[in-house]
Amino acid sequence: MDGIYKEIDQKLVILSNERIADGVYKMTLEGHTSLITAPGQFINIKIPGFYLRRPISICDYDASGLTIIYKVVGNGTKDLSSMKAGESLMCLMGLGNGFDVSAMGDDVLLVGGGVGTPPMYGLAKKLLAMGKAVTVVLGFNSYSDVFYTSEFEELETSVKDGSMELRVATVDGSVGTAGFVTNCLEGTEDITDYAACGPIPMLKALYGYFEGKAPGQLSFEERMGCGFGACVGCSIKTKSGFKKVCKDGPVFFSSDIIF
Amino acid sequence: MTDIRTELSGLVLDNPIIPASGTFGFGREFAELYDINILGSFSFKGTTREARFGNPTPRIAECREGMINSVGLANPGIDAVINEELPAMREVFTKPVIANISGFSVDEYKYCCERIDKEEQVGIIEVNISCPNVHAGGMAFGTSPEAAAEVTEAVKSVTSKPVYMKLSPNVSSITDIAIACESAGADGISLINTLLGMRIDIRRGRPVIANKMGGFSGPAIFPVALRMVYQVYEAVNIPIIGMGGVSCAEDVVEMMMAGASAVEIGAANLTDPYICPKIIERLPVLCEELKINKLSDIIGHAHG
Ligand SMILES: Cc1cc2nc3c(=O)[nH]c(=O)nc-3n(C[C@H](O)[C@H](O)[C@H](O)COP(=O)(O)OP(=O)(O)OC[C@H]3O[C@@H](n4cnc5c(N)ncnc54)[C@H](O)[C@@H]3O)c2cc1C
Ligand SMILES: Cc1cc2nc3c(=O)[nH]c(=O)nc-3n(C[C@H](O)[C@H](O)[C@H](O)COP(=O)(O)O)c2cc1C
Ligand code: FES
Repeated sequence: MDGIYKEIDQKLVILSNERIADGVYKMTLEGHTSLITAPGQFINIKIPGFYLRRPISICDYDASGLTIIYKVVGNGTKDLSSMKAGESLMCLMGLGNGFDVSAMGDDVLLVGGGVGTPPMYGLAKKLLAMGKAVTVVLGFNSYSDVFYTSEFEELETSVKDGSMELRVATVDGSVGTAGFVTNCLEGTEDITDYAACGPIPMLKALYGYFEGKAPGQLSFEERMGCGFGACVGCSIKTKSGFKKVCKDGPVFFSSDIIF
Repeated sequence: MTDIRTELSGLVLDNPIIPASGTFGFGREFAELYDINILGSFSFKGTTREARFGNPTPRIAECREGMINSVGLANPGIDAVINEELPAMREVFTKPVIANISGFSVDEYKYCCERIDKEEQVGIIEVNISCPNVHAGGMAFGTSPEAAAEVTEAVKSVTSKPVYMKLSPNVSSITDIAIACESAGADGISLINTLLGMRIDIRRGRPVIANKMGGFSGPAIFPVALRMVYQVYEAVNIPIIGMGGVSCAEDVVEMMMAGASAVEIGAANLTDPYICPKIIERLPVLCEELKINKLSDIIGHAHG
């Protein structure tokens, strides 16, 4: 197709697909990633045998491929988990706005809850590369649900001392602080911004905690018909009008959000 | 090469492929993906008098070979459509477009059609009568021949553009409704809209869709849609735009053989944004395989 038009439906080849926690899988895929422009964007995956595609956040990417992390919750993700290296998937690429790092100051708090964690990895990497200080808080239910903490730790050791700090909370206290991510926020009074992805109650708690203190960017989920702005299936009401989670989001500024 | 042009009420289309209302917005998202001027035309998002958020979310559910939507006519309202969407659309689409109009009262249909009548780029007005009539206990206009005729007449009185009435399949006799529309002056018939459907999330034991039910569409409904197009073709003498589950060039030919002069493609645009260009490319090849010299010759061919 002509160069002025975007070929968003790309064939990605599975390089690996492995279980990394209870019901949670990490998949690496090879293919064109030039349409990905920001951390927090997602891809919409055609899983053979299912009519609608499955939206999954991009955890990390480079010029030759990307990583996703997904939880098995239904038949689509179950089938995805049994796919093998060498098989391929058609994916709509570079969907959504992603996090706006240019709007962030130099001391950013990143909060990921459960499978809301993956986009925080790409975002942390990006912010660190820009020379910003990053505090990452990850929340899980229990020991068996925890994943990707070692990757975050590697990131922490790869940058100069003090520019990154990692905190983990589990509801049952089996790893890190006992409780929710909001129990891990001491010392964050001076942050310039926060970014978050996770369950709605977590986003709501953070929104309340930082209201009037720091601006945030929050990533939302909604059931999607298309993922690229055509069906208006994924609308939410914001202070600046009706918005599509798939196209205007999934990331929205705290100043725009109505809870 | 086969001539794949077709005609709707004097409007000659380069091909019979028309993205269906509600699956193509106002064309902008797709204009980034391909040159949308290759389409026969497209039917823009159902427009009402006021801006509407639509129904609460979740309003999309997956089905085997299909989907349910209860988007609920979310749209920016006729003023914003005329002042913002249509000027933006003109930048990316230069052919006559199909204006899809909805309403919750006869007056609302009339008002919207009167406004849209003045828009030069609108080639056809497609009137969606699957909406509930708020003045008649919420029963959809499209479920009674009298109400369907009343809307047709009201709309015809305010526009000189061809009016295509878009029928709901959720009726006991689709031909009665089509005949009522034709008698009331309709220039054509579009069918089918979505079938009322439902899914339950068995883990929660609750409907998937916030509004409980919604419109079922996609490949699974193709045989129902085809049957209705076939029946309506025998009942009326005005052109038909056939739709419901069309997903490939073969489906297009089948719909046309049943009696459709052109074909709309809905849900398939959502799962494969390039489906329309793919079908337009494949259609002449398929025609050659089937030894069809002129695509419009096959309209209603299955009626023997
Ligand atoms: C922008 C975005 C990013 C996401 N990123 C991730 C991620 O990185 N990792 C991850 O594990 N999950 C992510 N999700 C959730 C993921 O899309 C669902 O878990 C997945 O679609 C479930 O599919 P299924 O067939 O297993 O479940 P089923 O319940 O059988 O799916 C049925 C239908 O509902 C939809 N659906 C079910 N749950 C959700 C949900 N939570 N959000 C949206 N649609 C849903 C499915 O897409 C499908 O159309 C994301 C969702 C969105 C909207
Ligand atoms: C998400 C979605 C939104 C729709 N919105 C409208 C609408 O605004 N007006 C209308 O007349 N039909 C609407 N429809 C119905 C389609 O135009 C079409 O009649 C129906 O979906 C059957 O075709 P399909 O099986 O190819 O999807 C909508 C369908 C879908 C899937
Ligand atoms: S999912 Fe279709 S518009 Fe967002």
